[in-house]
Amino acid sequence: MIQYIIRRFLYAFPLLIGVNILTFVLFFIVNSPNDMARMQLGQKHVTEQSIENWKQQHGYELPLLWNASASNEEKLTKTIFYQKSVGLFLFRFGVSESGRNIGADIQERMWPSLALALPTLIVGLLVDVTFALMMVLFRGGYLERTGMVLCVALMSVSSLFFIIGGQFIVAKVLKLVPISGYDDGFSAIKFLILPVIIGVFSGVGSGVRWYRTLFLEEVEKDYVRTARAKGLSEVQTLFRHVLRNAMIPILTGVVVILPLLFMGSLIMESFFSIPGLGSYTIDAINSQDFAIVRAMVFLGSVLYVIGLLLTDISYTLVDPRVRLA
Amino acid sequence: MSIRTYISQLIFLMVLMGCDASQLNNPYVEDEGAISVLYQSFSERPKHLDPATAYSENEYAFIAQIYESPFQYHYLKRPYQLTPLTASKMPEINYLDSHGNKLGNDVQDSDIAFTDYVIDLKQGIQFQPHAALAKTSESEYSYHNLSETQIQQANSLNDFVDTGSRELTADDYVYQIKRLAHPKVQSPIAEIMKNYIVGFDEFSKEVASLQKTELKNKTISGVKTTGRYQYRIRIKGKYPQFIFWLAMPFFSALPWEADVFYEQAGLSNKNITLDWYPIGTGPYLLAENNPNRRMILVKNPNFHFESYPSEGEPSDKQNALLKDAGKKLPFIDKVIFTLEKETIPYWTKFLQGYYDASGIASDSFDQAIQFTGSGGATLTESMTEKGIKLQTLVEASIFYMGFNMLDPVVGGDSERARKLRQAISIAVDYEEFISIFRNGRGVVAQGVIPPGIFGYTDEKEGINSYNYDWKADKPERKKIEAARHLMEEAGYLNGIDPKTKEALILYFDTASVSIDDRPTMNWYRKQFEKLGIKLVVRGTDYNRFQEKMRTGNEQIFVWGWNADYPDPENLFFLLYGPNSKVKYGGENAANYQNPEFDKLFQKMRNMDNSEQRYQIIQQLQEVVRHDAPWVFGFHPKNFSLFHSWYSNLKPNLMANNRLKYTRIDPVERAEKRRVWNHPLWFPVILGLLIFVALLVPAVHVYRRSAKEVLQ
Amino acid sequence: MVILWTDALIFVLMTVICVLAIYLRNKEHIKRPLQKIAGSKVGIASLVVLLFFVLIGLMDSLHFKPTQEKSNEVMSCLDFWAKPLIEHVEKTYSAPFATTLYSKETVVLEDGTTQWSYPRLVYGGRHLENPGSDLIPDILKKLFYGLVQGVACGSLPILIYLAISYKRQKKWIKFDIIPASMRTALFVTFIIVSLGYILIYLSSYYHVFGTDKVGEDVFYQAIKSIRTGLVLGTLTTLIMLPLAIVFGILAGYFQGWLDDIIQYLYTTLNSIPGVLLIAASILMVQVYISNHEQSFTSIIVRADMRLLFLCLILGLTNWTGLCRLLRAETLKLREMEYVQASQALGVKKSIILIRHILPNVMHIILISVVLDFSSLVLAEAVLSYINIGVDPTTYSWGNMINGARLELAREPIVWWSLSAAFVFMFALVLAANLFADTVQDAFDPRRNAE
Repeated sequence: MIQYIIRRFLYAFPLLIGVNILTFVLFFIVNSPNDMARMQLGQKHVTEQSIENWKQQHGYELPLLWNASASNEEKLTKTIFYQKSVGLFLFRFGVSESGRNIGADIQERMWPSLALALPTLIVGLLVDVTFALMMVLFRGGYLERTGMVLCVALMSVSSLFFIIGGQFIVAKVLKLVPISGYDDGFSAIKFLILPVIIGVFSGVGSGVRWYRTLFLEEVEKDYVRTARAKGLSEVQTLFRHVLRNAMIPILTGVVVILPLLFMGSLIMESFFSIPGLGSYTIDAINSQDFAIVRAMVFLGSVLYVIGLLLTDISYTLVDPRVRLA
Repeated sequence: MSIRTYISQLIFLMVLMGCDASQLNNPYVEDEGAISVLYQSFSERPKHLDPATAYSENEYAFIAQIYESPFQYHYLKRPYQLTPLTASKMPEINYLDSHGNKLGNDVQDSDIAFTDYVIDLKQGIQFQPHAALAKTSESEYSYHNLSETQIQQANSLNDFVDTGSRELTADDYVYQIKRLAHPKVQSPIAEIMKNYIVGFDEFSKEVASLQKTELKNKTISGVKTTGRYQYRIRIKGKYPQFIFWLAMPFFSALPWEADVFYEQAGLSNKNITLDWYPIGTGPYLLAENNPNRRMILVKNPNFHFESYPSEGEPSDKQNALLKDAGKKLPFIDKVIFTLEKETIPYWTKFLQGYYDASGIASDSFDQAIQFTGSGGATLTESMTEKGIKLQTLVEASIFYMGFNMLDPVVGGDSERARKLRQAISIAVDYEEFISIFRNGRGVVAQGVIPPGIFGYTDEKEGINSYNYDWKADKPERKKIEAARHLMEEAGYLNGIDPKTKEALILYFDTASVSIDDRPTMNWYRKQFEKLGIKLVVRGTDYNRFQEKMRTGNEQIFVWGWNADYPDPENLFFLLYGPNSKVKYGGENAANYQNPEFDKLFQKMRNMDNSEQRYQIIQQLQEVVRHDAPWVFGFHPKNFSLFHSWYSNLKPNLMANNRLKYTRIDPVERAEKRRVWNHPLWFPVILGLLIFVALLVPAVHVYRRSAKEVLQ
Repeated sequence: MVILWTDALIFVLMTVICVLAIYLRNKEHIKRPLQKIAGSKVGIASLVVLLFFVLIGLMDSLHFKPTQEKSNEVMSCLDFWAKPLIEHVEKTYSAPFATTLYSKETVVLEDGTTQWSYPRLVYGGRHLENPGSDLIPDILKKLFYGLVQGVACGSLPILIYLAISYKRQKKWIKFDIIPASMRTALFVTFIIVSLGYILIYLSSYYHVFGTDKVGEDVFYQAIKSIRTGLVLGTLTTLIMLPLAIVFGILAGYFQGWLDDIIQYLYTTLNSIPGVLLIAASILMVQVYISNHEQSFTSIIVRADMRLLFLCLILGLTNWTGLCRLLRAETLKLREMEYVQASQALGVKKSIILIRHILPNVMHIILISVVLDFSSLVLAEAVLSYINIGVDPTTYSWGNMINGARLELAREPIVWWSLSAAFVFMFALVLAANLFADTVQDAFDPRRNAE
């Protein structure tokens, strides 16, 4: 087991190096250091000299990938790629183009992201599973058909509509919650309640359908028939057997995305101005702050890899038949 | 205020707090009690709060309240006038010859080799309490040699508990000028100041390899302290506009201790830098800085005595702007700036009373403003009902459409190109632009100079006679036929390019590529279509656009300039030949070069405001209007709205430290907020009822099926 | 005739589909699911709706340069046909069926005096003399005329169908003998054609969905957006399919180092947050375009290039999911007896792949294509919100929604842009989702077993 984890861990390295190279190539083809300097220095009174100064200060005066003028191994290390990428592996994200330490910012903004994403996930899961169970309970009837039609209809609406509409009606017309903002601790609740509801709502269509298929698969199995034959009521079979057995795919599905919750939700956060990592990323894209974008890409990849690892482990934990070779 | 009213107010407030449960949508969680708090917003987190590097509006909104330069603009008087701030009087200006000998006041400009500005400071001014100035009982600095664990444990400046203060001296001002010169500080005005301050360039080279902390003991030859409270700046030649620079935050005081403190390794990893935690002498200090969410300014307990001005324009008395004359500044105890990126929440919160002032986005304009028959803007009924007030002001800026004068088609000195440019100038109907895209918030530019700056006139002599006729005491844009006629004279009959026999294609370069800009681009295309010209919009990102401008690959572009100080020199230099963007990397983006203009400009530049200078400015305007390197676009008009409880506001383009003069009435605000924010519950209850009603058939079906199983 | 890149690819796609259809026409394992689809009313109805969208999209994909004008603008067949809509430009916002602008302005009256009121529209309802009292009767009248003509038009397909069957069977067939699937198809066609006719008829007199900030007709924008949605939904799959199929099958079949490399490739791509990858790539495209300006003289060509690149990028980021599915399926298939048998008989590997593996994973490919379609259309809106979607000059629902956000903050609110985008997008995505369901039901072997 531990051996397996270590091996997966090592496997992550070439992956992250690949991610790093890819993003580096993308970003530096797009944006030469000169461009970055200009972007950050603004419009007024910018001269060649001040650009050189900026590059010097932010470590962009080196060649990109190969330093021909340096000696021996410095040919590789005295380059922007080496200088900017190696730190990422040690989670030293460096300083953003605007001069703030990215690591400190990420640590700070991680929590609001989580405060939004985690409730959305949990409430969403509960709601989805409840409705899916109800649909299985009423399978074949008109209630299920109406439910399915509703699900498809909900799925066909862009999440932007839910956000725009929800914000407009609940916050502006009904004045039930602040229209946007955030606060630490428990006072965050009144800012989060609307985004969480909207998040759950926009995911309910596809979620219910997915869990419904999961449950239906279980319902057809023999042991369920046996249970029913034993005289258990429909509800009892659903909760005792179907739900319990369907728990495995549900949980493993959740485990994959758990780490990624830290990354936050891009759109939701910027609509409700929640100072999380999602809005951080969007701001970085809009202001072309490539140091931040690179850091976020790397962070996302790391979290993804962790998610994969967790899934593997959780499989073995819930299902002893799976052996990790 | 008597104790009785005080207590009654307190009780009233407590009652209000009890009612606060009804304000479910209140975005502020803290209970501020009875102190007067101003709620503002910022849309973009300021990049720098270091006065040496800050250079944008959103940064000045903060640092102008925190740092103090020796001079400031008078809050009420117009035209704009400088008054001493930390200086005890206006500076003594001495002209010197090349040997450093003092000259009389009646000398020729050409004889002046240097000018000395001698500045005297008020005594007894204290810095704000700050960790960098904290001293131990042995009178050593507490935090100048931080241990690693100390740094590890600190997450913000407030984690350094001890604070200290000391008196402001002339050294602090001199130190800041040294910082401006330091290449590592990267001051945006360093390149300009090289041309003016004696020894600035040499100093900059000398200290290039040194740390900021070592600047203290170096001397810059043109800037000297001549006493504890007096310093002298020597500049090259005569440059009357230099005094305006001294009123900008660049030239404010900064204690050397700040650099020693912040330069300690490891602090910047915690985002504890001068860029985020300023240290000044101004009326406010930055108590909380979380640029991800909010920034809080709190009254500086050490603020020196400054009183509200007691004289102003004649109308100020009527507008109740002199009510507080002579009273001690500032009036507001605390300012909370909240990050607000989206316009919808911003505007909604303003209407709900959660922001005290607001600009007007173009989309909420109709809701707030209506125009009277004569074209004046007033507030709509729904706004006046709420007691909201409106202030308008034409900004000292110009937005123009520039032609690249190096371009073979639209540029150059040929009669053909000039006629083409003049025709386009007529065709691009900026009156329409202002009415569509800015909801009338702008004034069409007749030349380079915006209103409020010396040389501007709205009389007949001030109109652009190439584009306008003077009719009924108003300028009226020439008919499109006149433009078509010019096109014909230029050889483009009906817009047909004789070379290709097809419609003339011109290229419009822009960095505005977002969806919100699409209507604007379409509008520009329509304007050119009037002349039969096909306008191709080449949108790129901001960097590529800059690159194009620098290499002169653009053809037509729109750009704007915001005057740094109220002097025409700061606008005409945008067209001065030696400032050409492509050749010299200057600010002359159109790359306009006309010897006659350059000669007049040199003459105008060094003059004091006088009738003669006025005449030269008119000549300059005439030259530019004839050559038409720009289509003079418009001067934006700023509309700002504020609630009835926010008073003592007077628009001032130049002064950024306006906050200290303003006043808030928290009691009135609390009352109005309560009235405006009653939550509506019934739709929610209705929704729940519907949901329950939907569950009924489900339960019904289930009951039936359960029965069937039993049977 | 001007052929844009996306046009060309669309027609390539059409040809591929046609060839595939002819090739698969008589294959037994395809026939059965198809019959199942034909048997589903919902499936047929959604297919007809989709076909109408495709028709509009195709019409919008035939571009030409109008020769009579000395302009270098490119038009599509749809533009040509909707010319009045393009030309009927008002000054700014006006509500659906309005005859005046949405906000008050200073109006110069005939006698030279000025008044603060709602100015009349230049085109919308200009045939009305007295809009106050005539408007609603006129709309109702036009609605009725439109309905009559629309019903006439809508009945046409039914008549044609009846005529054809008459010719075949030499007698008029009774309505209830028409196969159920055909009946549904004819019925839906009838409704769409009638509705469409009414809309078109009304839109030449009014702005049926109002006008936007610069006075452009919102109905026209919504119609034009159809092509963008379709292009994104289909071309992206066209790009990702070869990648997913080739890599997925190869990895599953050969295993070993090839499998490792392909797995590495898709895990790497998968681990990068999609939005960031798209953002970076879109910025790169902008750079490319600004460096090669001479080849993009008109706006439409530039916008088209960006659309194409967006498809490319979405395709490159999206192939991993399908690839993984195919790999797993191939792993299963290669253990099957008939594959083992052909291997033992020494059949060439390439032939095994094409003969035995590919046809047996076809259903997975088909299902994932239809499922991806709707999610891609929805993704476009979100990407446009972050400004990394299609070009701002391209008409798309995402751009419309994005612009409409600000309009909701106005008072009174401007709701029609958002509503128009909502209605059209909802119709397309709903139809696609329903159709995808039917396809899944028909092709998924597990579901068949039930």
